[in-house]
Amino acid sequence: MKWGVVRFPGSLDDNDAVWALAEVMGQEASILWHKDESLGGAECVMLPGGFSYGDYLRTGAIARFSPIMKSIEKFAADGGLVIGTCNGFQILCEAHLLPGALTRNRTLSFICERVHVRVENARTPFTRAMRQGDVLTLPIKHGEGLYVAPENELREMEERGQVLLRYVDAGGRESDAANPNGSMRAIAGVANERFNVFGLMPHPEHAVEEMLGGTDGRKIFQSILESLR
Amino acid sequence: MSDRPAGLPGEPAVDLAQAHAHGLSDQEFRAIEQLLGRTPTFTELGVFSVMWSEHCSYKSSRKHLRTLPQQGELVVQGPGENAGAIDVGDGWAAVFKIESHNHPSFVEPYQGAATGVGGILRDIFTMGARPIASMDSLKFGAFDHPRTRYLLGGVVGGIGGYGNCVGVPTVAGEVMFDAAYNGNILVNAFCLGLARAGELMSARARGAGNPLLYVGSATGRDGIHGASLLASAEFDASSEAKRPTVQVGDPFTEKLLIEACLEAAKTGAIVAIQDMGAAGLTSSSSEMAARGKLGVELDLDKVPLREPGLTPYEILLSESQERMLIVAERGREAELKAIFDKWDLHAVVIGEVIEDRRWRVRWRGQVVADIPVGALADEAPLYDRAQKPPAKVRQAPVRRAIANPEPRDALRALLDSPNAASKRWVFRQYDSIVQSNTVAGPGSDAAVLRIKRSRRGIALKVDSNPRACALDPYLGTIGVVVESARNVACAGARPGGITNCLNYGNPERPEIMWQFAEGVRGLADAARALGVPVVSGNVSFYNETEGRAIPPTPAIAMLGVFADVSAHMKQYFARPGDAIALVSTAKPSLAASEYEALFGADGAALAPIDLAREKALIEALVAGAERRLIRSAHDVSEGGLAVAISEACFNPQATLGADVDLAAHGLTGAVELFGEGASTVVISVADHDMEGASRLFAARSLGFRVIGRVTQQARLMLRPLIDEDLEELRAIYENALPRRLAGHD
Repeated sequence: MKWGVVRFPGSLDDNDAVWALAEVMGQEASILWHKDESLGGAECVMLPGGFSYGDYLRTGAIARFSPIMKSIEKFAADGGLVIGTCNGFQILCEAHLLPGALTRNRTLSFICERVHVRVENARTPFTRAMRQGDVLTLPIKHGEGLYVAPENELREMEERGQVLLRYVDAGGRESDAANPNGSMRAIAGVANERFNVFGLMPHPEHAVEEMLGGTDGRKIFQSILESLR
Repeated sequence: MSDRPAGLPGEPAVDLAQAHAHGLSDQEFRAIEQLLGRTPTFTELGVFSVMWSEHCSYKSSRKHLRTLPQQGELVVQGPGENAGAIDVGDGWAAVFKIESHNHPSFVEPYQGAATGVGGILRDIFTMGARPIASMDSLKFGAFDHPRTRYLLGGVVGGIGGYGNCVGVPTVAGEVMFDAAYNGNILVNAFCLGLARAGELMSARARGAGNPLLYVGSATGRDGIHGASLLASAEFDASSEAKRPTVQVGDPFTEKLLIEACLEAAKTGAIVAIQDMGAAGLTSSSSEMAARGKLGVELDLDKVPLREPGLTPYEILLSESQERMLIVAERGREAELKAIFDKWDLHAVVIGEVIEDRRWRVRWRGQVVADIPVGALADEAPLYDRAQKPPAKVRQAPVRRAIANPEPRDALRALLDSPNAASKRWVFRQYDSIVQSNTVAGPGSDAAVLRIKRSRRGIALKVDSNPRACALDPYLGTIGVVVESARNVACAGARPGGITNCLNYGNPERPEIMWQFAEGVRGLADAARALGVPVVSGNVSFYNETEGRAIPPTPAIAMLGVFADVSAHMKQYFARPGDAIALVSTAKPSLAASEYEALFGADGAALAPIDLAREKALIEALVAGAERRLIRSAHDVSEGGLAVAISEACFNPQATLGADVDLAAHGLTGAVELFGEGASTVVISVADHDMEGASRLFAARSLGFRVIGRVTQQARLMLRPLIDEDLEELRAIYENALPRRLAGHD
């Protein structure tokens, strides 16, 4: 399957995503340059982590206006699968491809650590290789990952099953201590109403090799593969 | 070209008083007049003052640094370029260096630390190497000192803010708090890069007529005299006013610069390249010319400026960040420019290499500086400064009333002490996994990195021990070198190369100069005995505030090499039932220990160090890892044996326990339980490997004693003294910093 990984000038996990997809998962994965408009025939587009344009203004605020984003918006409107991790999630929210926004962690500091997230809806293209209630161990590394949305919108999202991942403890229980950044309703990942755009703060591309600490990230990529097969 | 440089209207007159204001001595000013055959212009005076500053010229240290062992089979690049490099196998060169950013970080902690990271990154990627890992050695004042929290928050924020944004993981480091640094903190930043062994870039100019290409950010007024007035002078009450000499970092531009420079390096159109670091355009242009035994001519009207109206003096001395100077191959400028355009960076030809060994600068049609290149490089002053040892090297601290706490209370107090406790509060703020190479990150004895598409790997650690160095700068430094080597060996890697940052007080004071000379002697002796070359380094003098110097603080960064990184060892006990064994080369001491800092000194001397035995221990650990005979290995450091055993139980998966019989092995004294300084490693071994493991150590005449077992139950049993719940101890250890910083996040 063909994957396109977007490279903004300040993308950081772009090479890691290509490594995870191509070298570890055996997929065809290539870089999409932000100044281009072509998606190179990608069947799934990934927006990786990083600091797209330095993000001195607001994370993702400038990236959404780049040429490649026009194509991605159209691709998503046509039902194409788009996944954004970390900065990619922030950009998808800025571009209104996903609901809500990501703001500064409640600790006001950057956090890099492994966390546990629970699969809340396994009937989506991004989670179908898992079961509802499964707990994944994935790394996070961000300064602005506190998910916010208006209360009524959150309620509707929950009803529609758009919350795909929630921060929990190792046993799968929600608690304040298990919510690293203070996200509303401990939300770690959400999909759009059509379930073809998915954003999450954890980094599945950094959890694909045992030697580097775990392989739970593969389950998300595996889900996408299965849904496009 | 013989127009004689003239002063500019409105410039101050150049005389001895002006030279003094620039930090130059009477003799130095006279030497400049002699070298030029005339009085320098104001611009030239500025140039000399930075190039002859301690920071740039190493005038007090050069003589001593020459004694360091710099050769070795694996050395690809020794000192002399922007960074050193060693061969790590499969055609890869590891390029690495550590550098201080102490004074800027004290004056403006966030930007000071951030630009320290930025500067050392540029030293690495100018070599054509992609930066793959960073680490830092940090020294702060006492935790309860009013400035410490502000400085800690700022420095950690700055390192994270810069490192996280450029996509280079921060994988290891050390943090210490001690009242000796209340008035002068230390921030030493290390960077490692990887390059193909035959493709390293150089900073040696070649080919008269080749153009000088300025790339990166525009030049502003920030950082002027960072090297001379800030880095090469003591602190006093006016130091706060020096904040404008601290540069401001822009990590996003740095990220662009990394990608653009590495892309440009692949074209083969770059002859030489150097960071515009300390002393900016001046040092990069003159140093590249000096190395190539050529000259350069610069046209300042072409330099991209952030604002109009900068004088030649300001342009030449600016330390604006994220700028590089390239000697390009003539005719290929456009090719290079296209790459920098793609990354939205300036790339402008601002001069050329000339045959005549002059450093000549034009501005608005006139020559504003014309100096023999040698005068800015090899002919810079070289001092053999006076040394004065103290009447007696004490080696032992002055006896102080000792509190004699109960062992369990001492252990709890040590786990709660900011120096021995978990530094998670710090390293959690650093991206330690980007680039997908981090096998073991912060919190380990040494960081472990894999090299993609290769079985090879690299281990990294930086260490220092100012308390021991204060007692005996020679023995203390040896201790630091062997500790850093032991740390990488505990991960299973063979020590392969050293870079060092030597932090001392004012070298014009003979007792400080003696400390420095002793430190270098210790480093040289230890490195030679272990067979590990010193490939790069940095000296930071003038770490004093109002006449009080910091303790001698050589920070040693060790790079270890794995033939097969899959054989790396962790510090954590892995399986209940495994034997816990102690391997050591000497008896520890409470001298310079954390226990002593908390409870008082018993007057004992530092533990002795036998370098041959240290080498044997390192070899045994590496062999044990390679043959997979050792399940875990953890070096005994701050807090001694009891803390080390506790830490080995703190497995990230699940806390395990230890059942150790102290009495049976004569380990019940405070010295045995909490002493430091001896090379001691706590290892765990599976029963079926016991014979092989013990033979490893016995064959090298190293003490190897099985003292207990790993248990499933998370209890620390150090019979008959300590019986504690390890989850409780772990909470103390993890919360020590957050608890103290609550509300100051």
